[in-house]
Amino acid sequence: MVRKRSASSADKSSNQVIMADFGSNEEVAVIGNTDLISAESENNIINTMVERGTPLLNKMEINVAEAEKRTGKNTVNMQETYTVYLIETRPAENVPEGGTQTIPDTLWRRYSEFELLKTYLMVTYPYIIIPPLPEKRAEFVWHKLSSDNLDPDFVERRRVGLENFLLRVASHSVLSNDKIFFHFLTEEKGWRDAVLETGFQDKVDPRLKSLSAMLRVKNPDKRFTALKHYSDDLNTVISQLLRVRARVADRLYGVYKVHGNYGRVFSEWSAIEKEMGDGLQSAGHHMDTYAASIDDILEEEEHYADQLKEYLFYTDAVRSVCKKHELIQYELEMAAQDLAHKKQQKEELVTGTVRVFSLKGMTSKLFGQESQEQRESRLAALDQSIREGEEMVKEKNTECQDFVRTAWEDIERFKEQKDRDLREALTSYAIMQISMCKKGIQVWSNAKECFNKM
Amino acid sequence: MSGQTVPADFSGHMLDLDEDEDLEVFSKNISLEDGNPMPNSPGSMVNQYRLEDDEEQQDPNTKDLFITVDKPESHVTAIETFIMYRVITKTTRGEFDSSEYEVRRRYQDFMWLRSRLEENHPTLIVHPLPEKFVMKGMMDRFNNDFIETRRRALHRFLNKISEHPILSYSECLKVFLTAEDLTAHRKQGAGFLSRMGETMKAVANSVRGLKSRPEEFTVMQEYVEDFGNKMSSVDRVAQRIAKEQREYLDELKQYGPTYTQWAGFEEELGDPLKGVASCVDRCSKETEEQVCHLSEVLIPTLHEYVLCSETLKAVMRRRDNIQAEFEAKNEALISRKADQETLQEEVDGLADRLEQANNALKGDWSYWKNSMTTDLKSAFISTAEKNVDYYEKYIAVAVGFLTCTHVCHDKFGVCVNI
Repeated sequence: MVRKRSASSADKSSNQVIMADFGSNEEVAVIGNTDLISAESENNIINTMVERGTPLLNKMEINVAEAEKRTGKNTVNMQETYTVYLIETRPAENVPEGGTQTIPDTLWRRYSEFELLKTYLMVTYPYIIIPPLPEKRAEFVWHKLSSDNLDPDFVERRRVGLENFLLRVASHSVLSNDKIFFHFLTEEKGWRDAVLETGFQDKVDPRLKSLSAMLRVKNPDKRFTALKHYSDDLNTVISQLLRVRARVADRLYGVYKVHGNYGRVFSEWSAIEKEMGDGLQSAGHHMDTYAASIDDILEEEEHYADQLKEYLFYTDAVRSVCKKHELIQYELEMAAQDLAHKKQQKEELVTGTVRVFSLKGMTSKLFGQESQEQRESRLAALDQSIREGEEMVKEKNTECQDFVRTAWEDIERFKEQKDRDLREALTSYAIMQISMCKKGIQVWSNAKECFNKM
Repeated sequence: MSGQTVPADFSGHMLDLDEDEDLEVFSKNISLEDGNPMPNSPGSMVNQYRLEDDEEQQDPNTKDLFITVDKPESHVTAIETFIMYRVITKTTRGEFDSSEYEVRRRYQDFMWLRSRLEENHPTLIVHPLPEKFVMKGMMDRFNNDFIETRRRALHRFLNKISEHPILSYSECLKVFLTAEDLTAHRKQGAGFLSRMGETMKAVANSVRGLKSRPEEFTVMQEYVEDFGNKMSSVDRVAQRIAKEQREYLDELKQYGPTYTQWAGFEEELGDPLKGVASCVDRCSKETEEQVCHLSEVLIPTLHEYVLCSETLKAVMRRRDNIQAEFEAKNEALISRKADQETLQEEVDGLADRLEQANNALKGDWSYWKNSMTTDLKSAFISTAEKNVDYYEKYIAVAVGFLTCTHVCHDKFGVCVNI
C-alpha cells in the first residue's frame, strides 16, 4: 500500500513542502513554485510550495526510492545483514536562473550513515533543531506488526522516514547549505572520511551527553526553561498517546476479526435452513468483508502514528538545543565569575587589604610583605589575566547572544511547523475515522438487507 | 373456558388430556374443512386464527392479552431470601373476571407454570425459561444485572405463551396470572404422581425402540440436533464480540483523556486536540451503547433459542414415547388372546392419543419456525441498525470537528460526499 506523507518545514514565511504520492511506487517530493499565504496554508492539506532561501530544494528533487538487503563484514570482521536505501536525486522542474545544474544521481546509504550525518549536523549547528531520524527499532507496536528490523513493513516505514528526514534537512534555510549534506546526497564513496575529516567529533562536549549533568546556572533564560518544560511535557504526552493508541488498535483489530466468525457460522447454519438460508449466507459474506477491512484501516493509522512519532523524536532535538544553551550560559557565567574573582584579587593587591582569604595573603602575613618588585610583577600578571578574562567574557557573551538569537529564530520556525504539521495530522486522523465509518455503514447496511430477506 | 376453531395449519385434532386438567377437551371428529365451529363450551367466545406465512402469529389488532413482568423485589422470610417479580395482566377476554390483574411471582412459580403447560401439551413447543443457575462469571442471584436479565427473559416467556394460539388459553396460565396466592394451586399437582408413573412406563417402552418413526419426524429430529449446534455457535460468536468490544471500550476510555491532557499545554493546537478528544469520547460512548444493545437484544434472543433446542429435543422425545407406548400396547394386543376387548379399547385410546400428539406437533412446528425466524431476523436487523447508527453518530462528530478546523479535502475525496 502506498503511503501518503507530509513533510514540512518552514522558515519564517511558513512555506510548506509536502510529499504527495498519487499511486506511484516511489515517494516523490514534488516541489512547485506556487506561492501561498499563511492563511491559505491553514486550509490546504497538500501544499505545493517552495522554500524561499532553500537553495538545495530549489535545485533538486530528493527521494529514497528503495530498500535492499545486503550482507557484508562489519568492523569486527563478522558477517552481518543490513539494509541499504537508495537515494535518488534529480534536477527540480523549475530551476531558477543562475543556479548550478544538478545531474540525476543515485547512491546507496545504510541507516548508520544517516545517523552519522545527523550527529554531524547536531554538533555543527547546535542552535538548530535538527530533524529526527525514524526510530532505530520498532516501538509502540500493536500485536500485528513485528519488532524485527528486517521486517518488510518496518523497512518500508523506515524508508519513508528517511526520505522525510532528508527533505526536512534539504528544505531548512541553514542546514540545506551544508556541504557535507550535499556530499551525502551526491557521492557514495568517501563520504564517511569526509565527515570525519571535519573533526566534528572533537567538538562534542561530553557534558551534553549526560542527561543528569545539572549545570547550576544562576540566571537561567526563562524562555529556554519554558521551552525545556514544554518539550518534556510533549515527550511524555506523545509517548502515552502512542502507547494507548497501539492498545486501542489492537483491541479494535480483535473486534473486527471476531465478526469473521459470523461468516463461518452463518454459512453452516444456512445449510439447514430453507427460507432463511440465502439471507444468512449473504449476510455472512458481508461479515467476512467487515472482518477483512480492519487491515487497511489500521495500516493507514500507522501513518498517523508515524507523524506523532516524528514529533516525539523532535522533542529530543529541542531538549538538546536547550541543553546547549545551558552549557553556553554556564560557561559565560563561569567566565564572568572568574573575571570578577581576578578583579577582586587585583583590588586586594592594590589596596593591600585582604578581603578574601588567599594563600598569598596568608604567607605575606606569616612571612612578611613581599618586595615592591614582586608586587608589581604580580600586578602585571593579574592585569594580563584580567584582560584575557575580559576577552573571554566578551567572547562568551557574543557566543551566547548569537546562540540565543539564531536558536530562537529556529525555534519560532519549528513551533509554526509543529503546529501546522500536527494540525494536519489530527485532521487526517479524523478523515481516516470518517472513512472507516463509511465502510462500516456500507457493510452493516448490506447485512441488514440480507437479514431482511431471511 | 374458551373454544376456538383450529387454525388452518393444524390438521384438525387437538390434544386429549387428563381428566383433572382444566384445559378444553376438543372432539376429535371435527374437521377444519367443514368450517364447523367447536361446539364444546356453550357460551364461550370463539376466537378465530389464521396463520399466514409472513404475518405475526397473532395479529396485533386481535391481541387481547397483555402481560408485563417488572419490579423485581427482594423478599425475605425466616427460611430464605428470594426475588419476587410483579406480573401485570390486561385483557378483554371473557374468561377473565376482571380486565386487570397484578400479582407477585417468584422464579419457582414460573417453573410451575411451564411444567404444567408441558404436561398438558407434551408435544407443543413451550418457550424455555431463563436458566435456574448461572454457571459462569461471578454473577450471583442477587446481582442487579442478573436480575434484570432474568426479568426480561421472564417477560418474554410470558409473552410467548400469551401469543401462542393454544397455550394462551390454558387454565394454568390464567391461574398464574390471576391467583393472589399461587401456593394453593401449586399443591394441587395431583397429576404429578400419575405423570411420574407415565414417565416410567414411557421409559420402559422406549427401551424397546420405536418400530418406525414417521419420516417427517425424523427430519425434524435431525434439524433439531443441527439447530442446537448452530445456535450455540452463533451465541458464542455474539458473546465473544461483546467481550472484545468491552475490552476495546476500556482502552478507549484512556485514549480520549490523553488528547485533552495534551491540549492543556498547547496554544494553537489546543482546539484541534480537544476536537479529536471529543471524537474519541463520542466513539467511547457509542461503543458502550453497542455493547449494551448486544447484551440486551441479540445475545438474550440467541441464548433463548439455544435453550429452545433442548425444549425441541424434549418434545421429540415425548412424542416418541407416546408412539412407543402405543406400539407396546398394540403388540400386546396382537400377541395375547385374552382381554382382547379391554386391550383393544386401550390400544384405540393410545392410537388416538398418538395421532393427536403428532398433529399437535406438526402444527406447532410451523408456528414455532415462523416465530423463530421472526425473532432472530428482528434481533439481527436490530443489531445491524445499531451498528449503522453507531457509525453515523461517530461521523457526525468527526465532521463537526473538521468543519471547525475549516479544512478542505478535495484530494482525499472524502469531504465531497459528506
